[in-house]
Amino acid sequence: MPHRGMPTVRSIGAKAIDNVLRLGYAARFIGLTLAHSGTSFARPGLIVRELYYTGVLSMIIILVSGLFVGMVLGLQGYQTLTTYGSESALGVLVALSLVRELGPVVSALLFASRAGSAMTAEIGLMKATEQLSAMEMMAVDPIARVVAPRFWAGVISMPLLAAMFSAMGIFGGYIVGVVLIGVDEGSFWSQMQSAVDVREDIVNGVIKSFVFGVAITWISLFEGYDAPPTAEGVSGATTRTVVTSSLAVLALDFILTSFMFSGA
Amino acid sequence: MVALTISFRIRTLFQATIHVVSSEILIEIKDVNFAYGRRPILTGINMTIPRGKVVALMGISGSGKTTLLRLIGGVMKPTSGEIRVDGECTSALDQQGIYRLRRRMGMLFQFGALFTDLSVFDNVAFQMREHANLPESMIRDLVMMKLHAVGLRGAHKLMPAELSGGMARRVALARAIALDPMIMMYDEPFTGLDPISLGVIANLVRQLNDTLGTTSLVVTHDVQEALDVVDYVYYLSDGKMMAHGTPAEMRANKDPLVHQFVYGEAEGPVEYQYPSGEYAAELKLGARRKASPLGGRHAA
Repeated sequence: MPHRGMPTVRSIGAKAIDNVLRLGYAARFIGLTLAHSGTSFARPGLIVRELYYTGVLSMIIILVSGLFVGMVLGLQGYQTLTTYGSESALGVLVALSLVRELGPVVSALLFASRAGSAMTAEIGLMKATEQLSAMEMMAVDPIARVVAPRFWAGVISMPLLAAMFSAMGIFGGYIVGVVLIGVDEGSFWSQMQSAVDVREDIVNGVIKSFVFGVAITWISLFEGYDAPPTAEGVSGATTRTVVTSSLAVLALDFILTSFMFSGA
Repeated sequence: MVALTISFRIRTLFQATIHVVSSEILIEIKDVNFAYGRRPILTGINMTIPRGKVVALMGISGSGKTTLLRLIGGVMKPTSGEIRVDGECTSALDQQGIYRLRRRMGMLFQFGALFTDLSVFDNVAFQMREHANLPESMIRDLVMMKLHAVGLRGAHKLMPAELSGGMARRVALARAIALDPMIMMYDEPFTGLDPISLGVIANLVRQLNDTLGTTSLVVTHDVQEALDVVDYVYYLSDGKMMAHGTPAEMRANKDPLVHQFVYGEAEGPVEYQYPSGEYAAELKLGARRKASPLGGRHAA
């Protein structure tokens, strides 16, 4: 006679198997995307078009957020550094915080919410309205024509947006620290210049944002492509994109940071 | 003359390298079975579609019509049996082979499936740009010819969101015939159209078939409109081929199933009510709840 708890165990097992299968499907999906990227590079116009939708249209939210985050950093940093009489190091604090951590991470979270969700919804709706099926019936591979250009556009956009976020944040820190509070402008810039290392800080930040770009774009495109072709299915996929991407970014950030800066 | 020359060039581009089987039968389906897992969808389907004819595949919703269309298009493979399109067995073809075959097929989807981010012009030009290395000036002329054929040349700058349902269906039709396909497949082309649009689409199906010299397969459950324009009808029910014949033969068919479908009668072998318990018991009117499965077929 089966135990009373068996259905629960069975349903947990079924969910686990489902998730493993989905993971395998996602791995196959990224493999196919990479294998079918030739079309995108042979016709760069396809990538440029998607760069506009994923990158250029995300710029406003990235720039405005970067400015405010930098201003808050300037304010908070000044309060803390004053305690130790080190307010001249404000530029270093703002720059390192942004270039190493906040720039890649916050811009990735914003990118997932703005561009990732849009990619999922667009591809999910294309599937629901049979646009992808129509493309297949026209002997055009949707992975090559629709997915791959968006993937590369996302991967290219992310580091550029993170760089813009950091630059804008530093400007925000400058406005608050130097223009409004009165920290010495020379110290602000010179200490920043001497403390920020291109290889150690900037390149590592760019690597982080590149990895985040791959993860977010992969999740977004897969969720859209795998979404059930219904209104509920597309909305669920869009939500999953934002949640999964955000968690993936934070987890990846911890892993990358532990490798990059553990010896610093 | 110019139009004929361009059309000839397009045909030559896509068909010159393709082995053409000089048979009167374009599509041949032999003993095809198809199932999703253990659930059978199609059972023992046999049918032939001659070249140049307009053939309708009819049946109530859920009878397996669209599945059969997808099998012919090579989207899915039959569990058993054989589907030959222009002499080529679809289940034996690899992805490249299927794509090669699909370049000679056109398909009109139920609601058009236009690419919403492209204009009407770009939708129709899509296949030409993807598959043909034609100069943009020639693509423009061809797109205008296709749009003119469906009466929408003046709408080439519009976006799909600006079109009515009937217009969207006609643009999709222009897109489907962009490469002068050897076979046109229509998946429920009349669904959700007003009477005028419906008549226009029905006539276009016939006219384009005769003018372009293609073969057409129309999946539909809009009986009267379809019977007016097709040459032959296959009737599917519960995944089985129940009847076939000319429109006149189908109208005169005495089989209760076919008769009910052709004349849209509520009473007949296809039951309106989904199997359920006793109505009084359902409403808690005192009668004992007793399951009484009705069995038989049901309108989906």
